[in-house]
Amino acid sequence: MSLEKITTVAGRGVYVPGNDIDTDRIIPARFMKCVTFDGLGEFLFHDVRKNPDGSDQPHPLNDPRFKGATILLSGANFGCGSSREHAPQAIQKHGFRAIIAESFAEIFFGNCIALGIPCLGASRAEIRNLAAAIEGRPSLEITIDVDRGKVRFAGQTVKGALRESAREALIKGRWDAIGDLLEGVEGVKNVAAGCPIWQFDLCAGRESDKKMNPFAAPGVYPRNLLP
Amino acid sequence: MSKSLFQKVWEAHTVRTLAGGQTQLIIGTHLIHEVTSPQAFGMLRDLGLKVLMPHRTFATVDHIVPTDQFNEPYADPLADAMIKELRRNCREFGITFFDRATGRQGIVHLVGPEQGITQPGTTIACGDSHTSTHGAFGAIAFGIGTTQIRDVLATQSMAIGRLKVRRINVTGRLQPGVYAKDVILHLIRRLGVNGGTGYAYEYGGEVFDRFSMEERMTVCNMSIEGGARVGYVNPDATTFAYLKGRPYTPAGAEWEAAVARWRAMASDPGCAYDDAVDFRGEDIPPTVTWGINPGQGIAINETIPDPAKVTAADEKASIEEALAYMKLTPGAPIKGTRIDVAFLGSCTNGRLSDFQEVAKYLPGRRVAPGVKAIAVPGSQGVGLLCASLGIDRVFRDAGFEWRDAGCSMCLAMNPDKLIGDQLCASSSNRNFKGRQGSPTGRTILMSPLMVAAAAVTGQVTDAREVFGMSNAST
Repeated sequence: MSLEKITTVAGRGVYVPGNDIDTDRIIPARFMKCVTFDGLGEFLFHDVRKNPDGSDQPHPLNDPRFKGATILLSGANFGCGSSREHAPQAIQKHGFRAIIAESFAEIFFGNCIALGIPCLGASRAEIRNLAAAIEGRPSLEITIDVDRGKVRFAGQTVKGALRESAREALIKGRWDAIGDLLEGVEGVKNVAAGCPIWQFDLCAGRESDKKMNPFAAPGVYPRNLLP
Repeated sequence: MSKSLFQKVWEAHTVRTLAGGQTQLIIGTHLIHEVTSPQAFGMLRDLGLKVLMPHRTFATVDHIVPTDQFNEPYADPLADAMIKELRRNCREFGITFFDRATGRQGIVHLVGPEQGITQPGTTIACGDSHTSTHGAFGAIAFGIGTTQIRDVLATQSMAIGRLKVRRINVTGRLQPGVYAKDVILHLIRRLGVNGGTGYAYEYGGEVFDRFSMEERMTVCNMSIEGGARVGYVNPDATTFAYLKGRPYTPAGAEWEAAVARWRAMASDPGCAYDDAVDFRGEDIPPTVTWGINPGQGIAINETIPDPAKVTAADEKASIEEALAYMKLTPGAPIKGTRIDVAFLGSCTNGRLSDFQEVAKYLPGRRVAPGVKAIAVPGSQGVGLLCASLGIDRVFRDAGFEWRDAGCSMCLAMNPDKLIGDQLCASSSNRNFKGRQGSPTGRTILMSPLMVAAAAVTGQVTDAREVFGMSNAST
């Protein structure tokens, strides 16, 4: 599978301040009533950007000065909470290509890398410094060197943290793991066949499942489990 | 060499190390639901891939089901489309679907254990962050994104970096009126909402030894709220007793062999951990949240934090933001805060023992005027057990609405939602802004009995006082 090698991301930035920004805030649950990810970009940060009557609230993403930004800046533990991939999908579909934050929640980070969105960690002081530079000049060009983990802007260079496995995946164009995993399918079958813990799970259940036809009658529950 | 359960499970399920250093890890059991899976099936179709081991994936429908409407089509056409899409995907790819007509439907994290699909020593993945629940059985269970659901469907494996392990000991005993929910809210308060990033939490100590499986599930469920993607308890006699006789657990001669195998997966005495922390069960109070993340909690008898008394700029700002949203007064007692809604249910506290415990105290009580109280069993199985024990009647008599199984008001992807800035006493797991369906809705997390106490008094209160339990002085 040939994927884009993501070695640099360049563009303008926008700072959405705050720690512990959760994925419910990034994309509220009601917008997940869909069977594709299409159109999610429009609802990014919806409930903190819009009033109930549909008018805009003050929010960096509503500020025309930052329109067209492709690099999102934020605080600590960005993307915590729900595992919904709808969150990075909404961020990407809104037009963002990279995120710089103090730290990232585990599942969110993995979801972003799998979509080819570099997530760089930086210190609070560095993020505030960059945010101030953007505030002073919204058209400021920021360049993220994914390979070297550097962020460059206005003649300054900031060291960004990026987990080695993520860096490797992005720059080598292996951020979508499916190619690697498919290559290992024979190994999966071999390990599964020899994995002692696997000899017991589910197999016996398949038999009792046949006896308990799930479509036979509503309200089926094993009698012996009634208190 | 002695090893932790995490290490044993990891090694038993490792296929190989990938180029970037991650592990290709076999996923023994894959659970799916209607919200995060449809796009994964779409990706499979786009890539022309099949499901590698269809018998290792199980589906149910939980987030979008209306809890007061069984027959289709649902009033919400988007929800109706989602359940039909899941049905279509399961049929096309040969996946077992615990649909609503089976009587075995429910929140995915209740269905796995109830059916005996969740087993010790296995790896489990589900496109849902509360998959950590299954760790209560000594499984290593990961919440994953949709792209990873595709990976698991296509290869029964996923690419993941190894986690560190933090042992969390809770020694001694809990006081009366203190529950598993209080334990996890207390742990998150102390360790932080991102304290667990990069870790699996291994819970143990006398309090966990005595806990039932349902109590262990409540704690493991909220591991992710402390930043830990994985949380688990070592399997023991309590685990095996729960699993015996379930539809998908081994039977006959295989049962004994399975128990021996499971027992051997538990952490060895003296094994090394990357970190360890200790708590005393006696120190854990009934805990409620006051803010907009699950780590913003206080004991029921404490006062709401005052940002004026905090010097750290960061903490001050987060308190101010939370209090502005929650419309609470700094420095005031949390006790006495008026509520509009009481919600009892969710994958955290929607199990039989949660309703049983509350039903002990509810007879003779009435939901306070002006409060909307709903009780939502986490699964059809729980609903049926409650009905057979007359528990649903106790709730109805007290003025609760008794509903059908689903995620309901925990995240409001269904008709159960807060309206405007209603304040909800909730047994669920997240108090994020807008979590319960209204962009200005407010949530206070607490144990089921505390929800009941709030429902009958119309305010956040100490259940031990309301229901006359001993040791109410703490």
